[in-house]
Amino acid sequence: MRLITAIIKPFKLDDVKAALEQFGIKGMTVSEASGYGRQRGHTEVYRGAEYQVDLVPKVRLEVLAEEDDAEDVIDVIVKAAHTGKIGDGKVWSVPVDTVVRVRTGERGPEAL
Amino acid sequence: MKIDSGTTAWMLAATALVLLMTPGLAFFYGGMTRAKSVLNMMMMSFGAIITVTIAWVLFGHSLAFTDNPSSAINNVVGGFDALGLQSLVETATKTDGTGMPSLVFSAFQLTFAIITVALISGAIADRAKFGAWIVFSVLWATIVYFPIAHWVWGTGWLNTMGIEDFAGGTVVHINAGAAGLALCLVLGKRVGWRKEPMRPHNLPFVLLGAGLLWFGWFGFNAGSELAVDGTAGLAFMNTQIATAVAAGAWLVVEKLRDGHATSLGVASGAVAGLVAITPACGFVDPWAAMLIGLLAGVLCAYAVGLKYKLGFDDSLDVVGVHLVGGVIGAVSLGFLAAYPFLDQQSKGLFYGGGFGQLGLQVLGPVAVGGYSFVITWVLGKIIDRTMGFRISAEDERTGIDVTAHAETGYDLGTVYASGVTSPNGPTAPAAKKVDA
Repeated sequence: MRLITAIIKPFKLDDVKAALEQFGIKGMTVSEASGYGRQRGHTEVYRGAEYQVDLVPKVRLEVLAEEDDAEDVIDVIVKAAHTGKIGDGKVWSVPVDTVVRVRTGERGPEAL
Repeated sequence: MKIDSGTTAWMLAATALVLLMTPGLAFFYGGMTRAKSVLNMMMMSFGAIITVTIAWVLFGHSLAFTDNPSSAINNVVGGFDALGLQSLVETATKTDGTGMPSLVFSAFQLTFAIITVALISGAIADRAKFGAWIVFSVLWATIVYFPIAHWVWGTGWLNTMGIEDFAGGTVVHINAGAAGLALCLVLGKRVGWRKEPMRPHNLPFVLLGAGLLWFGWFGFNAGSELAVDGTAGLAFMNTQIATAVAAGAWLVVEKLRDGHATSLGVASGAVAGLVAITPACGFVDPWAAMLIGLLAGVLCAYAVGLKYKLGFDDSLDVVGVHLVGGVIGAVSLGFLAAYPFLDQQSKGLFYGGGFGQLGLQVLGPVAVGGYSFVITWVLGKIIDRTMGFRISAEDERTGIDVTAHAETGYDLGTVYASGVTSPNGPTAPAAKKVDA
């Protein structure tokens, strides 16, 4: 099994969610995140004093998927989150040892 | 003189308007600080309301607005005829010659003393011990504000010489601006100043505060006529004109200089315009009010950058807005005063007045600003050496709200909130189990 983490633009969350649901992903975790990549952040001005704000708001989306589906899920996210402009985000996946459904105690693929 | 119910009613309303300016200032300043020190910033304004009111009743009114039996000392400070306001109560049914009871005049003047002290607090945001601020506010009002009010509005030396200050550009704003400069020099810079961002944490608060100040300022300026007449109307209208023009001018400067017209800019420009028109509002024509507003908006927008150039941490720009704005207003009077009831030599240079009045309009800011700066600096040093004026660097890092007041302004994080134990014990009482 794999954990797929995506950092995307906040306004793209709905598109990505819809695309993942259509693909058959049943659950996900979404959290607010902030960070920067190559483009850095933005500038704010207060009474003429300029502040460089490095960290820009992002959404962090986490999905557990079976090994065989992982590449497809990544493709779905990338396609749905793509705008072509700077700051679109990143997607990565890591292997997962164990998954347990808290309610039933099921393990592995049944727990997804 | 018989009590004039119209004048008395208006002055009671104007007094309430001016008092509202101090909570307004608390929002204006509070929004500009960081979230960890918003409460302390607002508490300094409310603290000034408490201390100055008490000092005013006990001896403030007396020192500012009664005459000293010795004429030499009377040039500098008033006497003791109204200690505890007792003599005013005894004549409560009589007027002071303006058609309102003396106590109403006293209440009106009290609100000016309060906001002048509160204005200073903007220079020392985030880092002053609250107890030290309370002590400072009483001593400063006593040694600086009450005498200066006597100089300019009582029977002191500047008034005798003929200086004009309609509603307090010199007494309130130059006075507070110079004191703010002195006090931020005594306390030193905030930890991390110029290295860490110290952005305003709540700009809607700043706009709310600026709006309350603007609203209350009509009582401040039009009320200073102490009557319901044409001059009050002129002061009211000029206040509106200069404020709107200054707010617009500040925005234009920002757009040209920084590329963006900001909400902090519109609030700051409005306050700069209000400050600058204050000494002049009852003496100048509407076109002159526009000119004063324009000067205030442009010059104050540039003046707030002084602290970065000169390296003093006047946290919320008391100097750039109040000292500079006050000087613009006081000096421009020397050129622009046109009021028909001013005698000829008191009019501005452009209206046939002489250089004498212009000289006085420069002397006022120099004398008041100089006195205020020196005495505040000495007073600040004495408090710093004895009880300490500044909180520890660690407390400043943590945030003065929680370290000085045991409160936080906001409780927004759900994780943090769930870590707070209730006062009734570590957990809420368990609900009785009900079998279905």
